[in-house]
Amino acid sequence: MSVWLEALSWLSMLAGSLVLLVTGLGVLTLPEYYSRLHATSITDTLGAALVLFGLAVQAGWSLATAKLVMVMLFLMITGPAASHALVKTAALHDLSLPPRRRQEDGDAGAD
Amino acid sequence: MLALIDVVLLAFLAVTAVAIVRLRDLFAAVMVTGIFSLLSAGLFTVMDAVDVAFTEASVGAGISTILMLATLAVTQDVEKKRWRRRFSPLALGVVVVTGAALVYGTFDMPRYGDPDAPIHHYLAPHFLEHTPDDINEHIPNVVTAVLASYRGYDTFGETTVIFTAAVMVLMLLGGAATIDRRRPGGGRMGANVVLRASAKPLVPLILLFGLYVQFHGDFGPGGGFQAGVIFAAGLVLYALVYGPDRAQAIFTGRRLEALVALGVLIYGGAGVAGIVLGGEFLDYDLLAADPQDGQHRGIFLVELGVGITVAAVMTTLFLLFTGRGQPAPWEDRVGESEGTP
Repeated sequence: MSVWLEALSWLSMLAGSLVLLVTGLGVLTLPEYYSRLHATSITDTLGAALVLFGLAVQAGWSLATAKLVMVMLFLMITGPAASHALVKTAALHDLSLPPRRRQEDGDAGAD
Repeated sequence: MLALIDVVLLAFLAVTAVAIVRLRDLFAAVMVTGIFSLLSAGLFTVMDAVDVAFTEASVGAGISTILMLATLAVTQDVEKKRWRRRFSPLALGVVVVTGAALVYGTFDMPRYGDPDAPIHHYLAPHFLEHTPDDINEHIPNVVTAVLASYRGYDTFGETTVIFTAAVMVLMLLGGAATIDRRRPGGGRMGANVVLRASAKPLVPLILLFGLYVQFHGDFGPGGGFQAGVIFAAGLVLYALVYGPDRAQAIFTGRRLEALVALGVLIYGGAGVAGIVLGGEFLDYDLLAADPQDGQHRGIFLVELGVGITVAAVMTTLFLLFTGRGQPAPWEDRVGESEGTP
């Protein structure tokens, strides 16, 4: 494997790990449900895709790559769908923003 | 590097175990249990036990989580009785003594990967050396050969246990008739267009993957147990999104019950065929002119039986559990907000 491919693979995997790290930090630090979910939903899929892409470059043109692509497609469908389901369920249960946040938004933003 | 992964996984395992004990919200506890299983699967993968890891991931993290959630939907999702947080010296003593005994017991176990361990002198080398001759040179996955042929009795027992469990649940919950007389339009998650759109391409792929795992078990990790669970997961996803009624258009309660029994029948039939042909129970050598072909055929049949029974049992249990509860309070609201029937 050429140095460039190796570098691309590692860069991709490191970038993916960084994105996932940011996801974790977001879940831990953000104040309430919706913003936490916002932190996980996009970055989760992106990070996993980057890591899988890096692994696929490592594997070269092989059956393993085909399997990794399948995993990536699966995550790209299920990740956003799961995030959507979580937000929708929360909204249907009338899970609203905490009071502190509402006051900052002003009265118009409430409910 | 591997040691580091081991330490991290084991630390997470301990943390999740404590979290499960401390959580009062049963829904959260079930989800953490799934994470626990997934971490165990990771540990098994690090130990190169991919077949076991596969089973743990699909059964522990997958279908049993779904079944427990289905149970919570029937009952309730918060623990009723509060803990009495009174200190009890007796309980502490029992825990400490039991833990000490378990730790003491591990001192006698050989170290992981120790080449002098008894297992590496007697059974493991035998299986590894003799599988190409005894079973089939075209079955590279020794785990499948051991599971389905060398210890076919044990696997038959396991399949029968699953069958018996399903029979018991059917007897307790009232059988197939209950499934069919469910409330109309149950599982109103189907009202949500995003879930429907994302489940639609996934369900056939999941079923296809289940079949791949089923028939690829000779060559790679996989086999009847994992395949059955994955197949059932596909059906459960369909039932969740499109409603149990539509799932039962094909897989009616009666048919599922028949499939539960059919799998065990195929397994037992492959065993009895050995007797009829003049050999012993579960002796596959006689199933074809060439003993190796016979072994291959026997393993194929046995794995198929396991797969059918497991898939049918898991689907039956899920449909039975979800068919019993009252409509959850949010189900009608989902329908309202989406404006669909």
